[in-house]
Amino acid sequence: MQITITVNGTTHTRDVEPRTLLVDFLRDHLGLTGTNIGCDTSQCGACTIHMDSQSVKSCTVLAVQADGADLTTIEGLANGSLHPMQQAFWDNHGLQCGYCTPGMIMSATKLVEGNPGISEAEIRHGLEGNICRCTGYQNIVKAVQQAAGEMGGD
Amino acid sequence: MSKYMGKAVKRVEDPRFIQGRGKYVANLKLANMGHAAIKRSPFAHAKINGVDASAAKALDGVIAVYTGQDLQAAGVGSLPCGFNPPGIVTAPHMPLAVDKVRHVGDGVAVVIANDIYTAYDALDLIEVDYEPLPAVVDAKKATAADAPQVHDEIPNNTSFHWPLGESDTVMGAMNESDHVVELDFINQRLIPNAMEPRACVAEWNAFTEEMTVWTSSQNPHLIRLLMSMATLGIPENRLRVISPDVGGGFGSKIFHYPEEVIVPWCSKQLGQPVKWVSTRSEAFVTDAHGRDHVTTAKLGVNNDGTFTALHVQTWANMGAYLSTFAPMIPTALYITLFSGLYKIPHIFGESWGTMTNTVPVDAYRGAGRPEASYLLERLIDIAARDLNMDPIELRRKNFIQPDEFPYQTPVAMVYDSGDYDQLFDKAMEVSGYNEMIEERDRARQEGRLVGIGVSGCIEASGAGPSKVVTSLGAGVGLWEHGLVRVHPTGKISVLTGTHAHGQGHETTFAQLVADELGVPMDDIEIVHGDTSKTPFGLGTYASRSAAVGGTAIMKSCEKIREKMKAIAAYQLEAAVEDMVYDQENGTIHVQGSPDRSKTFVDISVAALMGHIPDDMEPSLEEATFFDPPNFTFPNSAHIAMVEVDKESGEISLLKYAAVDDVGNVINPMIVEGQLQGGIVQGVGQALLEHGIYDEDGQLLTGTFLDYAMPRADDVPMSALGRIEIPSPSNPLGVKGAGEMGTIAGTPTVANAVMDALHPLGVRHVDIPHTAAAIHGAIQSASVSAD
Amino acid sequence: MIPGEFDYHSPQTLAEAISLLVEHGDEAKILAGGQSLIPAMRFRLALPGTLIDINRIDGLSYLREENGHLLIGAMTRESALEESDIVQSKYHLLADAAAVIADPLVRNLATVGGNIAHSDPANDHPAVMLAYGATVMAAGPNGTRRIAIDDFFTDLFENSLEENEILTEIRIPTPAAGTGGAYLKLERKVGDYAISAAAVQLTMSGGTCTAARIGLTNVSPVPMRAKNAEQALVGQTLTDDVIEAAGQAAAAECDPSQDLRGSVAYKRDLTRVMVKRTIRKAMERAN
Repeated sequence: MQITITVNGTTHTRDVEPRTLLVDFLRDHLGLTGTNIGCDTSQCGACTIHMDSQSVKSCTVLAVQADGADLTTIEGLANGSLHPMQQAFWDNHGLQCGYCTPGMIMSATKLVEGNPGISEAEIRHGLEGNICRCTGYQNIVKAVQQAAGEMGGD
Repeated sequence: MSKYMGKAVKRVEDPRFIQGRGKYVANLKLANMGHAAIKRSPFAHAKINGVDASAAKALDGVIAVYTGQDLQAAGVGSLPCGFNPPGIVTAPHMPLAVDKVRHVGDGVAVVIANDIYTAYDALDLIEVDYEPLPAVVDAKKATAADAPQVHDEIPNNTSFHWPLGESDTVMGAMNESDHVVELDFINQRLIPNAMEPRACVAEWNAFTEEMTVWTSSQNPHLIRLLMSMATLGIPENRLRVISPDVGGGFGSKIFHYPEEVIVPWCSKQLGQPVKWVSTRSEAFVTDAHGRDHVTTAKLGVNNDGTFTALHVQTWANMGAYLSTFAPMIPTALYITLFSGLYKIPHIFGESWGTMTNTVPVDAYRGAGRPEASYLLERLIDIAARDLNMDPIELRRKNFIQPDEFPYQTPVAMVYDSGDYDQLFDKAMEVSGYNEMIEERDRARQEGRLVGIGVSGCIEASGAGPSKVVTSLGAGVGLWEHGLVRVHPTGKISVLTGTHAHGQGHETTFAQLVADELGVPMDDIEIVHGDTSKTPFGLGTYASRSAAVGGTAIMKSCEKIREKMKAIAAYQLEAAVEDMVYDQENGTIHVQGSPDRSKTFVDISVAALMGHIPDDMEPSLEEATFFDPPNFTFPNSAHIAMVEVDKESGEISLLKYAAVDDVGNVINPMIVEGQLQGGIVQGVGQALLEHGIYDEDGQLLTGTFLDYAMPRADDVPMSALGRIEIPSPSNPLGVKGAGEMGTIAGTPTVANAVMDALHPLGVRHVDIPHTAAAIHGAIQSASVSAD
Repeated sequence: MIPGEFDYHSPQTLAEAISLLVEHGDEAKILAGGQSLIPAMRFRLALPGTLIDINRIDGLSYLREENGHLLIGAMTRESALEESDIVQSKYHLLADAAAVIADPLVRNLATVGGNIAHSDPANDHPAVMLAYGATVMAAGPNGTRRIAIDDFFTDLFENSLEENEILTEIRIPTPAAGTGGAYLKLERKVGDYAISAAAVQLTMSGGTCTAARIGLTNVSPVPMRAKNAEQALVGQTLTDDVIEAAGQAAAAECDPSQDLRGSVAYKRDLTRVMVKRTIRKAMERAN
């Protein structure tokens, strides 16, 4: 069936099987391979994107569910220059192999939006849906704290 | 005065990762690509009486289906074992099972289709006629006379027996000791679970008759060698293996896997590129697992706390097939570390590698050294209690002293350098050890179960001296290659045979070269991961990249400097001996006459133009194959505090402090990142992770839901400290930081939990210390107390 | 892995959705948040021939108080419970549960209705709704009906909804004065199912418990109330002994199975511990 989805500001109309997962639609149909697949039980969060301004795991959404939706993937986060969260991950060595990073950044961005005073505990709780095997999370938390401060309150 | 070495330079890799431009194999799209999916056995052990792929082949969109028989008939070879200790008995490992499957997940057939969804649909249509057989899963029980035989070629499921040390004197010494600590315990099976599942793409180019394989590997050259020599027989010079960005490995991406044989073979067969990407569920039953030792150990101690003897027997689970380096893990990387940080006069260890109907086991972060450290640190912890000594004091009594290095241990290894007292002094300071003790004691007064755990660990890294490893049974030496190429315009390409998969070599090696040659970091590119671009190398694992790979690069830089001095001398009409290479500015001048100088680019252009001495070859390119004279020996002192909930058994990790000696450090930010990540994996083994098989060989922990790994709020911020005692094993003085955190994390936290339970009289609980396990221990203790 | 093939419908109205259910019978499954269904479909444990996506039906997502009840539209996302002032300030038992369901990302899509309709004793809402004495509203071809929560869960993954009915709303009685509730869950790690969890709603008068409802998570094949434990509390002053007795009663009357999370014995004892802790927390909030 035909679906129309806006991704990173561009609207795409495509024909898909209903069973097409949103993450596969993004990666294979639209060629947006920045969003990674890390598991198959909706645990790891590597596939996190923004759908209608909320962080969601794109492996657990059907592309047809996103018909008419407005999506942002990691490729669309920077706006000419790096998003403060991207910059913060770079500044704080918040990534090693980089595989969980797009999902982690997308998740963290929504977590701290409008919450400059977010505590360390809240950050750790808020990132429970994103697994990292490399960093041990310490520098990720530091990165998120830095970005939270810079993103300010809205 | 170095500009870059020792500095926390931000990583040059990061821009692509933070913007979603990582080049993982799964992202690769080639024209006319077929998509492969593999039919895997749901049984742990079964005969294959037939494979009916007719319905699958008939499905619209399916290009082909091949079975183990097809590959075997075509002459595809068995996956080799690359480490063969004396007396080892091996068995074939076909990329697709031919007449038997030997573990859940063993591949039986491959489907190639126009798209991956069709391939998955086709899998369901393949019918395999299995005749289930009894299975065996336990490493020790596999050796019983009546245990099911995994391979006819390997009697009693015992592939090898590896003894080291003095079997004749150790028990005498043990019996003369004042006290003997005996412990039977396990080091549980772990599943590495790098976040990127494995992937492989292959393209046979019929025009050039060359095969290109993209595979998520830690060592593409090794894969090319094995594909050429053993499995596919493609000439090495017509085979290109590329590992682009690799999303974590932890050892699991070292090995030559079946899919790296199947996918290229299919590509050649079909005349089109083929892609395979593992699902996570698939990864659980195909990626090499780690650890899985069953051990009986004895430590002899005298009343004054001196260690006298150590005797260890370990049954090491190899799984259903011998993975590429599997026999090395419980032998040359394990028993040889049984001295720990300590002087132990008599040591004997022996291990048996046994076959079971489980996923093959091989190196996982630390590979043999975590098992050795856990063993020692648990025994010593129990000894401390038995002797009523402070655990740190007991360890100090036995430390190898700084002036005793190089220290020949009784188990082959010669330790390079260290100061373990200083290490522990700092750990006590960083952790606030004395305050922690007070806090714990106060909590105990209130009836709370609070515990402090300590560990002192060491490992052999910077693998390694080729003659040593090959004499032990390795099929390859462990030297490394580094080539420094100065382009005519003065830009630099560094070709290394190591391959980062998160360790930041593109940054650290550039820091190294920038300081060696006095050029901006931006002018340097680090090239790795492509066998056509870089000469042979051995890859990244065993904390070897800086120690061995970095040294090779450093030595090539030395050669570059020497050549540049000679060219400058020629140009300035001075004597070579009078030339000074200014490493800070990247210029060369005559000693005492700084105005008589040449810039870096002056010389790189001169080399291009041939404005060089008559007896010199043009261009500026130098290579070094560095074979280290010895391993390096990073070491650590970690301290943790936990609280155990008496009623539920739940454990809270309250504090964690780590002090490590990883020798000299190129980039402290990256080193700390390695230590921190490693510690969390170590904590994972202590508290959460366990690859569990039931008696029928079904993997019960086969998804991220069932296999528990640490998340952001499972671990507190660790306090990290370092001491830097350079290693004499390489001119950089680095020891390697990739594995130390994992090695130390497990015994530190396990000992803390045991300390918390000590007032209840609990002596040992096998890890992982889940709430259920600890609850059970508390219950048993109160029953026996009554 | 990926789901088997299916037909997909995205009705705009409840009536349309119901008629699709009638048409396709047991071949059809409702897609709400999808956070349980889609993973099941990916492993082909669920193979519906028809998927009815109810996300586009207006008016199924709301949180409002009316006539002494909190009305929760079936499509209300778990994260909405976390963000709702009413829930956070007046419905503590519900707020506690919302914070520990799966993980924050899943909670952005997972729905309250879906959680309950899935009827998995390992999910958190069933025990919560049992403790609240909630009422389920179901819409079918013959109109709407109410189902008391005590009559709702019938078997593992089964409930008393007819094949052609959709759960549209759940109603929680607004706690009266002197009532407090809490939900405490022990999991091996975040995002896991509970090893054991307890949902407790208590009404206190002076130091005496006048009403108690206790729901248990993941310690029985069907979501259950710990009725013996409740009876051990009602009419009593809640001393340590009384609370311990309630814990023991809950441990005895639950029916856990052995799995990766623990043995039967462990789960029973943990249930005792969790029920006690939750009772104490509910008591605090009742005052």
